[in-house]
Amino acid sequence: MRQDFVLLFIIAPLFLAVGTALLGRTVKQLGFMLSCACGLILCFCSFMVFGLLQKTPAHIFIYKVGGHLPPFGIALVFDGLSSFMLILVNFISLLVALYSFRYMDRYTDKWKFYCLFMFMLAGMNGLIISGDLFTLYVFLEVASVAGYALVAFGTEAEDLEAAFKYAVMGVVASIFILLGIALLYSYTSTLNMADMAFVLATKPQGALVAFVSVLFLAGFGLKSAMVPFHAWLPDAHPSAPAPISALLSGVFIKTLGVYALARVFFNVLGVSQKALFIMMFLGTVSMVVGAVLAISQRDIKRMLAYSSISQVGYIIFALGLGTPLGILGALFHLFNHAISKTMLFLNSGAIEYSTDTRNMEKLGGLNSRLPVTGSTSFIGGLSISGVPPLGGFWSKLIIILAAVQAGHFIFALIAVLVSIVTLGYYLKFQRFVFLGKLNLGLSKIRGIPLSMTIPVVILAAISIVSVLLLMPFAGHFLDSACNALIAGNLYKDSFWSAIIW
Amino acid sequence: MKNNEIGMSLIVKTITRLTIGLILIYGIYISMFSSAHPGGGFAGGVIIALSFIHIMLAFGKGIALKKLTGKIIVSLMSISALLIICLAVPNFIGKDLREGIPVSDIAISLMVGMGLFLAFMALALMTPHRGQS
Amino acid sequence: MVIYMLCFVLFCIGLYGVLRKRNIIKIIIGIGIMEYAVNLFLIVLGYRVRGRAPIFSSDQQVLNMVDPLPQAVVLTTIVISLATTLLLAAIAIRIYEKYKTFDITKIKRLRG
Repeated sequence: MRQDFVLLFIIAPLFLAVGTALLGRTVKQLGFMLSCACGLILCFCSFMVFGLLQKTPAHIFIYKVGGHLPPFGIALVFDGLSSFMLILVNFISLLVALYSFRYMDRYTDKWKFYCLFMFMLAGMNGLIISGDLFTLYVFLEVASVAGYALVAFGTEAEDLEAAFKYAVMGVVASIFILLGIALLYSYTSTLNMADMAFVLATKPQGALVAFVSVLFLAGFGLKSAMVPFHAWLPDAHPSAPAPISALLSGVFIKTLGVYALARVFFNVLGVSQKALFIMMFLGTVSMVVGAVLAISQRDIKRMLAYSSISQVGYIIFALGLGTPLGILGALFHLFNHAISKTMLFLNSGAIEYSTDTRNMEKLGGLNSRLPVTGSTSFIGGLSISGVPPLGGFWSKLIIILAAVQAGHFIFALIAVLVSIVTLGYYLKFQRFVFLGKLNLGLSKIRGIPLSMTIPVVILAAISIVSVLLLMPFAGHFLDSACNALIAGNLYKDSFWSAIIW
Repeated sequence: MKNNEIGMSLIVKTITRLTIGLILIYGIYISMFSSAHPGGGFAGGVIIALSFIHIMLAFGKGIALKKLTGKIIVSLMSISALLIICLAVPNFIGKDLREGIPVSDIAISLMVGMGLFLAFMALALMTPHRGQS
Repeated sequence: MVIYMLCFVLFCIGLYGVLRKRNIIKIIIGIGIMEYAVNLFLIVLGYRVRGRAPIFSSDQQVLNMVDPLPQAVVLTTIVISLATTLLLAAIAIRIYEKYKTFDITKIKRLRG
């Protein structure tokens, strides 16, 4: 069986990005066409990977790059969690690429945007499928460097300041991660994740593993903006162009932060009660702080960015519970939040496109002029804050049930209260921007082109029907992703058996 | 002597004129014969970039940029990156393509040389309306 | 053991520079020092007393070679750190054009 198509996840975006750099200056709209093509190819490939996984035993397959056997060669690992993240990342990237067709008209040098966008996509895909820690680090840096440059893309004073803050904190986080990898290499003499888990299981867990855990928690925590390390996010995400804000908040922090954290802690280091408790505690603090700070924001995008901190807190909290139900809730909330937050950031870009302002107090009554944006924002806000028929309700319900089941009543209570606060600030957002009388201070309101509404409508439809993922007939999608994390240290065993198979 | 007013003194310029070709040829040598000798695409590329930076320091920005504009540098870099990716794919899928190694070394040296020179140039002449590296 | 500790001290000096200095350029230099400390640590990890270059030929044995993997890793991280340092320097120059200062306590238009 030929499995070589999986290399496209890395090669296609890199190749098309370089092609854009070569010809994008002369051929107009080439960047847009290539990035859409890239999104389509990768979406198709990720569904093919999903189909392939259903046919393999134990839902895991290993691609050996260059035909070398894994502890010595580089292995690309596809299991339930990878295929879940691949589908999410590539689908959202496709929609974002479609959206940026008209939105990017306000910027010059569009080909640079698409080039960096595809580098970022290559980095995220590579990070998800890499099977050894150093490859993970390299792709993390590729994605991060593209991210820093994209945050500074507007080159206004505020953009540069935010990008500098983000870049310094991100580089420090990357160095922490690299130091952790170096220390683990010194202890286990291997970089392959499964091999490393195997060696760590046979050796005593000394102070070094605890120190490495702290380094990884700080590094990936900075990338995913957990609360003591969150200072860059509310500056960086609003400063980027709206499609990139959507991508950064929707999938970037989840791939670089949450996915990598879960992979390293659950599958390589092995979960310990202390690490789980720290994750649970930091998650709860992030939830509360993000929600409280979001209330008083005037800037739409800044409010959404604080809301991202709060919702990532939910995900980390649910991962920290460590029970199967908690992990299911975490992954389902990751899915729902990615969909809804992408939708809301795209809508904030549409508002900015049509009225040239992001300040809530200067807006008002836009519902009559921008009905699609208004209704989809309403759906997105309700989904994130957890109102019954929408996806966010079910994921939050699972998280709270898991917390109660694990006996953490106070944390469950905090999660419910934060959810109410979340509903409060999203209703405030609706009230100030879409409801009420049309603000006469707005000089002119431009209509929103079709290419900017279609992605949002698709995302809204998904967030309405996403509860179907919990149904038995669609069970494989989330279940195999959960099983990859629940299996924990058994990851190494399934890895080796997949090699033999 | 109008030419002497830009850049460094006459001595530096004369020495540069004599050595620049040697530096460039040495860089190309390092990158072309690296599969059998010590060296490699990266080291060769750095030496090539240094030769261009040498011209820029000695004669001023204008002389170096007259022939090698940013547009040409970006296209050269993209072409060499495409070449590297194309040569990498057969090795990834398990075909042992040893003949590609010298070619990929040349591509790497071109990429590194042009990249370093572009970065140096971008930092040296950063103006508000030029893009960054 | 002492040499590993020295790498760690170098790392801490870099971290101090990043956290404590107010000049943007000094922060970038601090990041550079941190990166060098980690690279040095990796190279020291692979060192073996009286080890030889890991080039395989008929008269060489595996036992007296140094570990080649950290060297490959360090080459990659050097390239990555070159890219990040360049990006940071470019952003710093653009910031200087906009704000006319390198002092981070005076660069605060974003708040909240």
